[in-house]
Amino acid sequence: MIEQNNFILSMENIIKIFPGVTALDDVTFRAEFGEIHALVGENGAGKSTLMKVLAGINSPDSGSINLDSEIVEIGSPGKAQSLGISMIHQELALIPYLTVGQNIYLGREPHRKIKTFIDWKKLYKQAKVQLSRLDMDIDPKTLVVNIPIAQQQMVEVAKALSINAKIIVMDEPTSALTDKETKILFRVMRHLKDQGITILYISHRLEEIFEIADRVTVLRDGFHISTSIISDISSDDIVKMMVGRELGDLYPKKNVPQNECVLEVKGLSSGKLLNNISFHLNKGEVLGISGLIGAGRTELARALFGIDTFDHGEIFINGDSVRIRSPREAISMGLGFLTEDRKEQGLFLGMSVRENITISVLKEFSSFGFPFFSKLKTLTEKFIKQMNIRTPNIHQKVKNLSGGNQQKVLIARWLNLNPRVLILDEPTRGIDVGAKAEIYTLIDRLAGDGVGIIMISSELPEIIGISDRVIVIREGSITGEFSREELSQDKIMQCAATGGIDES
Amino acid sequence: MNLKETDIKDFLRRYSVAMILLIMVISLSLFSWRFLRPANLINISLQTSIVAIVAIGMTFTILTGGIDLSVGSVMALCGALASGCIVRNGFPIYTAILLALIIGVGIGFLNGLLIVKGNIPPFVATLAVMAISRGLTLVYTQGRPISGMGDDFVYWGSGKIGVLPVPVIILFIIFLISYIILRHTRFGLHIYAIGGNEETARLAGINNDKSKIFVYMISSFTAALAGILLTARLWSAQPNAGVGLELEAIAATVLGGTSLMGGYGGTGGTVVGAFIMGVLANGLNLLEITADYQRVIKGIIFILAVMFDIYTKKEKKKG
Ligand SMILES: Nc1ncnc2c1ncn2[C@@H]1O[C@H](COP(=O)(O)OP(=O)(O)OP(=O)(O)O)[C@@H](O)[C@H]1O
Ligand SMILES: [Mg+2]
Repeated sequence: MIEQNNFILSMENIIKIFPGVTALDDVTFRAEFGEIHALVGENGAGKSTLMKVLAGINSPDSGSINLDSEIVEIGSPGKAQSLGISMIHQELALIPYLTVGQNIYLGREPHRKIKTFIDWKKLYKQAKVQLSRLDMDIDPKTLVVNIPIAQQQMVEVAKALSINAKIIVMDEPTSALTDKETKILFRVMRHLKDQGITILYISHRLEEIFEIADRVTVLRDGFHISTSIISDISSDDIVKMMVGRELGDLYPKKNVPQNECVLEVKGLSSGKLLNNISFHLNKGEVLGISGLIGAGRTELARALFGIDTFDHGEIFINGDSVRIRSPREAISMGLGFLTEDRKEQGLFLGMSVRENITISVLKEFSSFGFPFFSKLKTLTEKFIKQMNIRTPNIHQKVKNLSGGNQQKVLIARWLNLNPRVLILDEPTRGIDVGAKAEIYTLIDRLAGDGVGIIMISSELPEIIGISDRVIVIREGSITGEFSREELSQDKIMQCAATGGIDES
Repeated sequence: MNLKETDIKDFLRRYSVAMILLIMVISLSLFSWRFLRPANLINISLQTSIVAIVAIGMTFTILTGGIDLSVGSVMALCGALASGCIVRNGFPIYTAILLALIIGVGIGFLNGLLIVKGNIPPFVATLAVMAISRGLTLVYTQGRPISGMGDDFVYWGSGKIGVLPVPVIILFIIFLISYIILRHTRFGLHIYAIGGNEETARLAGINNDKSKIFVYMISSFTAALAGILLTARLWSAQPNAGVGLELEAIAATVLGGTSLMGGYGGTGGTVVGAFIMGVLANGLNLLEITADYQRVIKGIIFILAVMFDIYTKKEKKKG
């Protein structure tokens, strides 16, 4: 059998049951000293739950945990930290109106001789050191609200590193990072590994896992499926184990005739954010918008949808010039917008799956203000089936669903409105391959039905795989436009980073 | 990107209230020569100090994202208890004061317990405790004022050190302590953290429950202290003392830039906020506007302050 001694961590026969869901069903998971161990699985497979058990956030219904071959009871996050376990959570959770340094050392503030008093000088000095380990050149006294999302994610990393843990759990740390920061993170991870620190790494991006991990464990529906050395396994094997079936073509692509313009934008400008943006979108077309994070893609979508105002420019829908002053007007003109930040701007986390899916059509399904619950139920069940949303029932609160399933709920809500134009901002962030394939199929089907789709995405394979046409935005201006035939990663990257293609 | 713009907003958020106060003082002194007379200024600070002390405690609860509606009643109850113990039971005055303060803190503990262990929203829990405390005050005083506590007691509300009234000096001390707690202790930082994101605070190993209970104890302590000072200033304990004071304390806090959503603000702003309310009341008095209209005006100012808070928060989100 396996030699016990190599393992710094072994979680044995862990069972965790939530009302209606068995999130972990007799899972045994072991990690070696100084390895990077990837944990993969579909949305809702139980990855985060397993790691939360380790970090003292969820208490298991049964099972035991051994650290350094000793049985430990991890009752609270504080206890986990003192045992040398730190975790970067899937959801960004910094405190907005505290400084970067305060966030890094929250709960572990360096103190003066009398323990109640914080030693600010020391705190900020140490914070600076932690940040510089990640090549971050920001003042630790900056408030977290004032820094961009990608940097906030790096602050989370700094926070986890500052604990000097033996085991660091990273739950999808790269989903909000740009390539540059991802590289830095990987470099730091390798460095930590050399120091004998064990990293448990969750990601939906299989390329990353092949790049960084030593071993990989697959979970499916709360079961442990396999643990293998990364070089013994192929990407297809992993996917097969994750979804439990062969996955066909990731990017289906039907050819829809596209010659009727549904949306046209002329000369849209807004302060420094958007600069003379013009483009058109045909019925049944998927228009990809690429560019680096912060290039102005989200701002463009927000302006189109009437959330932010703009200085100049005209918008035409079906050839008519329109003014869109609020999301409400946008919706009435047949626009839909799936925001990139589903928690803050999209979902009602405390409400049920049914309420979230049907809130947009409540009016049509009620009379005199009283909703027809049976119809709403049928509708919700239709979407749950069609989109394969994993939820024990239609009354589950959305906040208890895994990230990918939350996203599907949000998409379902927009589909209810039968939009003419659907804007999707990073629709597959944090979503597993199986669900991604489902979402791509869905996009393709919508396009086939004549919906015009604008898809903003930072993932190049996705943009290339699914778009009929791509425009690239850089610093608020369009720097390139490509038809499906001329698309390549290199061309897009060049336009996104430097603003054009060298004619050579 | 627009670092300049956020800087300006931060500045506005931080100092707009102080500027309002300055503008009010200048315009009032132009308007009425009586305003700037030392006697009037001292009078304002004396009247403001009691609200300000309560508001400092209130700020702690609001920073955690909570609220304490029981402060007005706690004031009345503790003022009455201190007086009653002296007058009826012949306790030495400091024993009586200490006892009243301890009971005040105990009520805060109860508030905290209801909120943390009973899972009752702060608004509801403290509303109930407000009714209970007011009821107990009425029972204890039998609806009549208690007076005759003697000069040593009255000194705490009406005495002076140099030109400064004692309550003003006490306000200054309470403010200093609150400032040190919020800016230099771990507990203080944790208060902001809890108000900013409870879950994150919990994951960082902070004992949210303990901190919250403590915060309500602080709020009740300052209310009890203010109640005793008020009794000493009026020379008698009134059964209906402090009615409506919670609104003034909350208004001072919000005017002072502390967010009702928690996690942002501080007691310095609160003291300035309380002085704005005080100067305003004084100005309105000088302009001979009746107390009834003054209430209306205060209510409107409260709404404006909350709207300003929500507006600046929203701008932040977008940025
Ligand atoms: N607090 C909770 N209450 C009820 N159900 C929960 C709770 N937390 C998780 N679940 C359920 O447990 C299952 C496992 O969820 P978990 O978050 O571990 O998935 P995951 O593998 O991390 O997925 P993702 O890739 O989407 O993050 C899901 O079905 C989820 O709905
Ligand atoms: Mg997860």
